[in-house]
Amino acid sequence: MSVTTGIGELPADPILERRALIQSIARGSLARRAVVSRLMLGVCGLAFLAASTVLVWIVYLLVAKGFHWISINFFTQDPLTPTVFQQNLLGGIRNAIRGSIVIDGIALVIAIPVGIVAGHLLAVSENVFANAVRSTAEVMTGLPSILFGIFVYEFMIIRFHSHFSGFLGGLALTMIMVPVIMKASEISFRAVPASIREAGLSLGLSKGVVATRIVTPAAAPGLLTAVLLATSRAVGETAPLIWVIGNNYVATWSPYKQQTAIPIAIYNGILNGASPLQQAYAWGSALFLVAVVLCMNLGSRLLAAFLRRERH
Amino acid sequence: MSTGPITESAPGVAPEGRAPGRVKRPRARSDGAYWGILYGTTLIFVVVCATFLVTLVTSSFSAWGHSGLGLITGTTWNPDKQLYGALPLIIGTLVTSAIALVLAVPLGVLVAVALVHLVPRRLRTPMSSFVELLAAVPSVVFGGVGFLVLAPYFQQHFYPWLQSTTHSFGPFSGTFSTTSILLAGIVLFVMVLPTIVAFSRDAIAIVPEEQIEGAMSLGATRWQTLWKVVLPSARTGITGAVTLAAARALGETIAVAMVIGNYFKVPHSLLQGGTTLASALATQWDGATTLTISALGALAVILIAITAGVNYAGRSLLRRANQGATL
Repeated sequence: MSVTTGIGELPADPILERRALIQSIARGSLARRAVVSRLMLGVCGLAFLAASTVLVWIVYLLVAKGFHWISINFFTQDPLTPTVFQQNLLGGIRNAIRGSIVIDGIALVIAIPVGIVAGHLLAVSENVFANAVRSTAEVMTGLPSILFGIFVYEFMIIRFHSHFSGFLGGLALTMIMVPVIMKASEISFRAVPASIREAGLSLGLSKGVVATRIVTPAAAPGLLTAVLLATSRAVGETAPLIWVIGNNYVATWSPYKQQTAIPIAIYNGILNGASPLQQAYAWGSALFLVAVVLCMNLGSRLLAAFLRRERH
Repeated sequence: MSTGPITESAPGVAPEGRAPGRVKRPRARSDGAYWGILYGTTLIFVVVCATFLVTLVTSSFSAWGHSGLGLITGTTWNPDKQLYGALPLIIGTLVTSAIALVLAVPLGVLVAVALVHLVPRRLRTPMSSFVELLAAVPSVVFGGVGFLVLAPYFQQHFYPWLQSTTHSFGPFSGTFSTTSILLAGIVLFVMVLPTIVAFSRDAIAIVPEEQIEGAMSLGATRWQTLWKVVLPSARTGITGAVTLAAARALGETIAVAMVIGNYFKVPHSLLQGGTTLASALATQWDGATTLTISALGALAVILIAITAGVNYAGRSLLRRANQGATL
């Protein structure tokens, strides 16, 4: 380490001299550098705290402003119009909850099979077609979701003279979910060891049987994660629904009638709320929506973490 | 063979119906149905995507015919007078995204550094998830918080303070409204933060340990190691993260529509209202004429071109960063 011995006695070695010089400079600036380092690492830590605080703050706001609206009536009544005499008569958001279930249910029914089968194709084949589909799916997940609403509007309502309905909302959300499920299920299909698949094939099973009876059950937890993730994204979507589902104030299970959804109810409540009371009421819906979405998202993350641990 | 793809496909012929009482033989493997279902289903997806693109492009034809390139360069958007100039929308889109990125990039990269190099390894995944959960909050909730909480606060305290400290310098000049371009930028900043954190964290985490140890052994402090070795080494990945965040900011619809004020003129100040391509799609369609719908289709096409291009660029950068790490 030290080069102090020898200097002066031996002929000067330019390399040793240079090293000594650098070390002395480094030692001289060490105090300053150490302070700067501490300081900047502190800034990093603060940045992390600040970023975490945002989520905490939003959840706090939602609970503080929304929790007192939540009651049994909130889930079992349709919205009411407050009159001059009964300002507090707001009803619930049963219509929006039911609409969300109908719309997201339709989207799930279509998107799960399509997304998983296509994801399986991406996992087992590596040709031009599969690569093109993979790129397409990546681009689709990055597009603003409102475009899918406009597409369904242009295609179904303008071209085929359909009318506003929950079903069309389901179609728009399907286009959001399929690429997400596809990409995530490709990963879980690829994680199934090839040896299992080959064992099945060597027993003389057809590829179809191997895929449905062996590979899919092995990948099932991963597929569930994919579906949960896609659903948590679709449930919170507002933009694509604006164009296609119309509106309603009376809960219905019919997918062919105009529908509403929880995010739409929040959007309309805040922007078009007739009174400050109705605006404030949107906090209740927002709290409910965020609770549902975060639970799903957290659930899929915990499931994924659990799976990673199982595998190791 | 590891988890590679199954490439061979035996084009076996399916045996026709079995005669009763015949011994069941092992069947020749017929994978026709398997591949049929796989390719058929995937083809549906491809056809729908193609229809999506074709429908939006054709729907915009009459607007392009009506306004021509004026759709991009025109400064007036007034559907009542059949004037469809999207320049204010394009400027609004770029400015709000720029504000968001200017704020989110430094903070996001610092958070990513903290996640990889300050947080104990065992806590890294839960802590990362915590920041990323922010991305799961629906955009209508961000819009709601922005509109109901931030907007009144900004009007009463933040804008006056900003104007008095900057002496109403150019971008902060003029009378301000509750909803503004600046507010939209700030809401977008929070929304793109998780994207930047998640992808830069991955880019920082794959910097080889040898490089870090090398810098430390030369006497660099922890911060010097991070600043001079780790971040430059993760540059490609961080650029990819920022690009993906840009794509998200450029396309964000509902949250922006709620806080930007939907003002269709070329903005002169960040404290005034404005609009973006995506938010106009959410606010302008109600009660629109056929021509206006077509003009919105044109906006949608412009938006697809921008966001798909930026998104693709970001993913290519991330892919290159990951390949560089495995080499």
